[in-house]
Amino acid sequence: MANGSMSANPVTAEFTIPSDLSEARLLQARLEEALHASQYSEHDIFGIKLAVEEALVNAIKHGNQLDPDKRVEVSFQITYERFDIKIVDEGPGFNPDEVPDPTDPANIERPCGRGLLLIRGFMTEVNYHGRGNIVTMTKLRNGTPEE
Amino acid sequence: MASQPPRRRRLEVEDIGDIAVVNFVDKKILDEQNIQMIGDDLNRLVDELGRRKILLNFGNVEFMSSAALGKLISLHRKLQQVQGKLVLCKIAKDILDVFKITKLDKLLTIVPDEQAGLQAF
Repeated sequence: MANGSMSANPVTAEFTIPSDLSEARLLQARLEEALHASQYSEHDIFGIKLAVEEALVNAIKHGNQLDPDKRVEVSFQITYERFDIKIVDEGPGFNPDEVPDPTDPANIERPCGRGLLLIRGFMTEVNYHGRGNIVTMTKLRNGTPEE
Repeated sequence: MASQPPRRRRLEVEDIGDIAVVNFVDKKILDEQNIQMIGDDLNRLVDELGRRKILLNFGNVEFMSSAALGKLISLHRKLQQVQGKLVLCKIAKDILDVFKITKLDKLLTIVPDEQAGLQAF
């Protein structure tokens, strides 16, 4: 899958997985392998894996509600400069602006919203599309956003 | 020795004085079932074993997502209610970012190493 060179040849992959978190872990293992082969730093790989973990859990649990008949489509591209990923679930979608701010003291004990915050914190760019069931995320190499 | 539960232990607990020093067995804290078991074991330390000072050592942990954060907040609150204290130590730099981004570094007591942790009570 990955050639490990620093050439401009992008590494691309597409997966369709069932709504099963163990499938997400397998996908993560392949993604990590590809990022290592493309010589991404451990720091960048941590951030990408964390954001992908949070987004996959959102898609499988909150989007598809763990429904075994529903799938999650994942496609990613790795170049020397950037990592791009698109995750599509079959759920009803959501409005990210309506998710309560988990850093607000009133919400600090609520379980929701931290995943979205972490995705934004670790990725360079995050966008939701359609009814909110599609997320695209980009991480620029060494492009850790300032806090 | 008390009889072992049928499942694998998720935590290693060592008592140093009246402080329970807890190490995680798992390098990755992700799986919901594992997180539930970790949460149950942590709650048991307080509710059944009467521990009031808990130092969580993250030295073994390489990866952790937001799913585990709720359990830490619950433990913090539970200990506060019984005049106890939770301290976290040896958190890897990348994982520390998870706490900083979610602003939980302001809510929870986080110190660099176990020695500092033992002195933080």
